[in-house]
Amino acid sequence: MFKDPFDPKALLGRGGCSCGGNHSQADHARLTAEAVPAGEEDRWNRVVDAAVLRAVFPVDAQRRQFLKTVGAATAMAAISSVLPLGAAREAFAQGGVPEKKDLKVGFIPITCATPIIMAHPMGFYSKQGLNVEVVKTAGWAVIRDKSLAKEYDASHMLSPMPLAISLGVGSNPVPWTMPAIENINGQAITLANKHKDKRNPKDWKGFRFAVPFDYSMHNYLLRYYVAEAGLDPDKDISIRSVPPPEMVANLRADNLDGYLGPDPFNQRAVYDGVGFIHLLTKELWDGHPCCAFAVSKEFAAQNPNSYRALLKAIIDATAYAQKQENRKEIAKAIAPQNYLNQPETVLEQILTGTYADGLGGVKKDPNRIGFDPFPWNQFAIWILTQMKRWGQLKADIDYAKVAQEVFLATDTANMMKEMGLTPPDPSNKTIVVMGKPFDPAKPAEYVNSFAIKRT
Amino acid sequence: MLKNSLRLRAGLLSVLIFVAIVGIWQVATMPTAASGPAMDPEYAKLVGAAAATGQKSAMPTPADIGATIWKHLADPFYIRGSNDKGIGIQLAYSLGRVLLGFGLAALVAIPLGFLIGMSPLVYRALDPFIQILKPVSPLAWMPLALYTIKDSAISSIFVIFICSIWPMLINTAFGVGSVRKEWLNVARTLEVGPFRTAFKVILPAAAPTIMTGMRISVGIAWLVIVAAEMLVGGTGIGYFVWNEWNNLSIANIVTAILLIGLVGLLLDQGLAYLAKLVTYPE
Repeated sequence: MFKDPFDPKALLGRGGCSCGGNHSQADHARLTAEAVPAGEEDRWNRVVDAAVLRAVFPVDAQRRQFLKTVGAATAMAAISSVLPLGAAREAFAQGGVPEKKDLKVGFIPITCATPIIMAHPMGFYSKQGLNVEVVKTAGWAVIRDKSLAKEYDASHMLSPMPLAISLGVGSNPVPWTMPAIENINGQAITLANKHKDKRNPKDWKGFRFAVPFDYSMHNYLLRYYVAEAGLDPDKDISIRSVPPPEMVANLRADNLDGYLGPDPFNQRAVYDGVGFIHLLTKELWDGHPCCAFAVSKEFAAQNPNSYRALLKAIIDATAYAQKQENRKEIAKAIAPQNYLNQPETVLEQILTGTYADGLGGVKKDPNRIGFDPFPWNQFAIWILTQMKRWGQLKADIDYAKVAQEVFLATDTANMMKEMGLTPPDPSNKTIVVMGKPFDPAKPAEYVNSFAIKRT
Repeated sequence: MLKNSLRLRAGLLSVLIFVAIVGIWQVATMPTAASGPAMDPEYAKLVGAAAATGQKSAMPTPADIGATIWKHLADPFYIRGSNDKGIGIQLAYSLGRVLLGFGLAALVAIPLGFLIGMSPLVYRALDPFIQILKPVSPLAWMPLALYTIKDSAISSIFVIFICSIWPMLINTAFGVGSVRKEWLNVARTLEVGPFRTAFKVILPAAAPTIMTGMRISVGIAWLVIVAAEMLVGGTGIGYFVWNEWNNLSIANIVTAILLIGLVGLLLDQGLAYLAKLVTYPE
């Protein structure tokens, strides 16, 4: 830590501890552990006071003299009568003053981004002392380019995107990080009404499908699903990358037979009577990640306090969104034109899981969409295996290392602890996709175990 | 008298065509009586009105469109958050981008066009570049612009710039190049300096052609801005269309289409008026 400016007896400019501080080795424990108050708030107060004291008496010897004469408590009382120490402490208690308060966060108008969006109207950002502008963006390629161009400080991305950007797949390699997942589950396969009788994927030869982006869970899940049914996703069906809002319009115009897309556009197809929900993706892999909150490594390093505050707001909002009883309120908050621009009933059906399936039935599944910020490294490894499986990733990589560098499970766990939440055990995650277990320790074997692949 | 009656008849015909279109539209989009099997009421509550009777959602009627237009025109300048601004503000953003990009293009294209028109050497040298770049769709520049400029606002202005530069450049070069030889010879006989010739003889002679180029350019720029904004998002009338497409709100999109047409008409007529000002009858 640093030398204790409250101690009038510490020696000046001599000795030196292995920690680099100006105290003796023997004093180290006392100065760093005991002299610094326990609880987080006290600790911050102490840091603020010390900073002020150092600012008032920049010369060590003078400060020492002053403290010797009047005592530390009196000194602080005297200083606080002139300086608003209380206010300074308060600002600091937020987790350090954010270096950058006015932030721009880009999002795509889909329900996956619920925590990022709702944090704005429901005040989760302002609670952390941030003035965040959430900016609606037209598509994934644009959000990637605007993030790379630093127009956005942080953004909503598909969880494979930070991996792809970091590896330089489909863009220049820029170290990107993903400190929080937004949602789990919450996607669906929607088919055009005319395919009501073709519920078996084996009958889908020649179908034209859409997914939101090449580097998306949607793409990997759809490929996985049809491949399990024996269809080669590159030869037997066609998969196009189509921005979500255009999916419904294309389905209506009969340009598509179906899509594996994000909500609200599955439910919206039902609402407009053009398609039905074939299955929810949670039926393929219950608890799969989808969208993510991503920032560049550079932003996190240059603005550690802003980054922490932002991440806190997101984790806070995610936890709030996970609670079923809050879902109706959230649907109302994110429905207006400024955010998702959708009929409220559509959003409510998605978030509460009581929904019309497009075939005349009402289904109930409260876990249709879930919100869980924890960025399991196992998720990243699975995604990387699929990038490898479908030939997006040519080089051989160290799966675990890339996963750890991009999916910041440790950061998130620390932040959750700080906020009084219990982080899960990062090593303990079982992944089962369509009945087949995935062992994150053996990614290469997993890729090889598939009959249909591009490697 | 004859002219007046022609104008009157043309106006009448326009009104008739308008009424016919609206009438056919109204009839075609009238909600039909429920024909499908009766739906579970609980299900019907969860879906749109059309889907509840087993149909696809329909095109809005002209009356719906009218109501939507009125709603937008009644309050065109509101700001409710960074992603929700009134249609007047969106149009202003788009116009600002177009005028900026167009203005910059004019600053480059007209002097360059002069040079090309006056010097056959420069004309020949630059011709292959112009011929290759001219037919490129301006939107194809967008990814490149975003990648290199790294700023979406400047990128969309750049796209406007690049699309409006060619017609002005070519028209200026053509106008300057086809100034009558006699006039230039007269100037030479009178020993007028090259700069004076350029401003006093060539510019007035080429002005109508240059103005035509500008008129074509501003039309193209206005066409392109909508597409560019749909691609980049954020603000502008193109973003408005995209945002309403998100919501599959055809009524709002039709409103935007009509307003885009109207502003395009005003821009075109404005430049046509300017062109008239600089034309000298021979």
